[in-house]
Amino acid sequence: MTTDLLRLATAGSVDDGKSTLVGRLLYDTKSVLADQLEAVERATQGGGDPDLSLLVDGLRSEREQGITIDVAYRYFATPNRSFVLADTPGHVQYTRNTVTGASTAQLAVLLVDARHGVVEQTRRHAAVMALLRVPRLVLAVNKIDLVEYDEPTFSTIAKEFHEIAERLGYDDEAVVAIPVSAKRGDNVVLASENTPWYDGPTLLDHLESVPVDGPDAAAPFRFPVQTVIRPRTAEFPDYRGYAGLVGAGTVRVGDPVVVLPDGQRTTIEGIDRFEGPQERASAGESVVLRLADDLGVARGAVIAAADDAPEPVTEFTATLAWLHEKPLVPGRRLLVKHGTHTVQAMITEVADRLDVQTLERVPGPENLEINDIGNVSITVAEPLPLDDYERVAATGSFLVIDPQAGDTLAAGMCAPRS
Amino acid sequence: MSADVGVDFQTSSDSDATPLTTTDELDALESEAIHIIREVAGEFDRPVILFSGGKDSMLLVHLARKAFWPAPVPFPVLHVDTGHNFDEVIDFRDAVVERYGLTLEVASVQEYIDDGRLSERADGTRNPLQTTPLLDAITEHRHDAVFGGGRRDEERARAKERIFSLRTAFGAWDPSRQRPELWNLYNGRHKAGEHVRVFPLSNWTELDVWRYIAREEIELPSIYYAHTRDVFARDGMWLTSGPWGGPRDGEEVVTKTVRYRTVGDGSCTGAVESTATTLDEVLVEVRESRLTERGATRADDRLSEAAMEDRKKEGYF
Repeated sequence: MTTDLLRLATAGSVDDGKSTLVGRLLYDTKSVLADQLEAVERATQGGGDPDLSLLVDGLRSEREQGITIDVAYRYFATPNRSFVLADTPGHVQYTRNTVTGASTAQLAVLLVDARHGVVEQTRRHAAVMALLRVPRLVLAVNKIDLVEYDEPTFSTIAKEFHEIAERLGYDDEAVVAIPVSAKRGDNVVLASENTPWYDGPTLLDHLESVPVDGPDAAAPFRFPVQTVIRPRTAEFPDYRGYAGLVGAGTVRVGDPVVVLPDGQRTTIEGIDRFEGPQERASAGESVVLRLADDLGVARGAVIAAADDAPEPVTEFTATLAWLHEKPLVPGRRLLVKHGTHTVQAMITEVADRLDVQTLERVPGPENLEINDIGNVSITVAEPLPLDDYERVAATGSFLVIDPQAGDTLAAGMCAPRS
Repeated sequence: MSADVGVDFQTSSDSDATPLTTTDELDALESEAIHIIREVAGEFDRPVILFSGGKDSMLLVHLARKAFWPAPVPFPVLHVDTGHNFDEVIDFRDAVVERYGLTLEVASVQEYIDDGRLSERADGTRNPLQTTPLLDAITEHRHDAVFGGGRRDEERARAKERIFSLRTAFGAWDPSRQRPELWNLYNGRHKAGEHVRVFPLSNWTELDVWRYIAREEIELPSIYYAHTRDVFARDGMWLTSGPWGGPRDGEEVVTKTVRYRTVGDGSCTGAVESTATTLDEVLVEVRESRLTERGATRADDRLSEAAMEDRKKEGYF
């Protein structure tokens, strides 16, 4: 039996019922086991139906405050597909969680309350999903029972959301709106009799059938080297291989490649795994590459397709999502972690900041604070082979790290070269 | 309104040469785990794998062998030995260490009790006592990265655990200080004395673990499969008779056909009634089980709603 894996993120405002929706997905797919349910029943105040949101509010401080404060990961499965769900809290100040959840998601479920429709947070979340290039969006129009399952209410919200998504660059087919009631279960797992006017899939039907967008298999080949494999054993005295995860594209034995940032050219002599040699490897696979020439490649290098490789640079522009309470101070010494390479860096200029309410870029901010998104200019101490994030996410993304405290300060996405 | 943050999405239909990547779930989880293990090799000086001989730690060792093949696993393994062990598991542990040429470090709870650094709990349970010997061993060997087999599906507090989880010099987990984890870029920076717990199996479920064990034919201690055993009932679990304080008055020893879903301290790890003697039969049982493995078999996790959260803050796995 083989099943595939879909990674998704959920985002919504505080009272949209996101925890209840996620709880409902777990509950109706029978991913909740008896002891977990008993714990929820014990904790549900005042008896009655179990409060499904309690299935997913993890930390005690969250339960006490009745809110979710950190990204939580949930697992559920159907016979055909397994799901890793990043449940991201919807508070205004938690854009950083949305960014974190979106960074690995192949699909995002955004929630709105049918009574309120699309609100500022919906726009913000959609903008973050677009920025991180989450390929597909679902709008769950929740609490549809509280508007008497009114079709025009749903259609108006769905139309407005489709327009926002289109402005953000989404094709119509990549966006689906579904009327649901997480509390009552309408159209979450089971099709509802209360929405006869709706002929689309339930949320789970959609999650089960939507194509899984593989990680950049069609993009040019990129391979950040993690570590050098040199056994020096009697059986393998001269073996030298480069271990890593294919970040993008596909590589075959015999392919011409270039080792960045130095730029030496060679060819792929072998692709090895524990199970034995193989002819090719694609994005998402952990393998060991052997090269035809002995080039002294070390951790931090990127092996890339010879005919389509980025030019290493020391100055570049990028979009940053600032994640830390400490604001960005231009000119301060920082670290950038790109692929497997960490280098000294300095942010020289903050060009603009995204106004998340109007989605407009406001030029000339003094700095970026937590949850701000903005465009900056960066100088690094050693050349980095950066791709346009839009084209190759694996080598177009990076972290900004505080060299003293070690904290992750920002998520970076490289802009296209001008 | 500006569309500046938007970007044109390419649909896959415009490329006729799109190589379809395999998205088989177990392959994806395996590659992710190997990537995590190799990142630790690249960024840390003295990693160690927590190794009890249980299924999750066997999985870690298996994945580490794959990650560095044809070179040997470049890390030692560390067993926090509560002294309340199943003999089968200790024998198995030693055989695995021998077979793969691993270096075994042992942190012994019994030694701590014998010399008075720890005292036995009233309930006889030694799982909570593991934290001090573990932290001392980490300090003594100057380990800066510690691999654990923890999974996010095990329990609610673990659902928020990072793959790279920063710990203070006292081993403490501070949920509010955890770093956001983006893409597959892990941040392993830490100060002297701090260390990072690393969980390569974070995204696996119990069923994934068993399916992978079956696929890879990973050998496990015999107690994971059904066998007859003298047991007694306590707190709704079948505990095995042994030097750790059981049965007590009024607890009757009976012979049952059981197996273990987790391997931990003998005093608080319960067996489940089972006739599953093969991997395939265990898989069927796991698929149909209506209890989480921790809920079914770990008395220590049932102490309170927030039991795991509290123990993690103190430096538990």
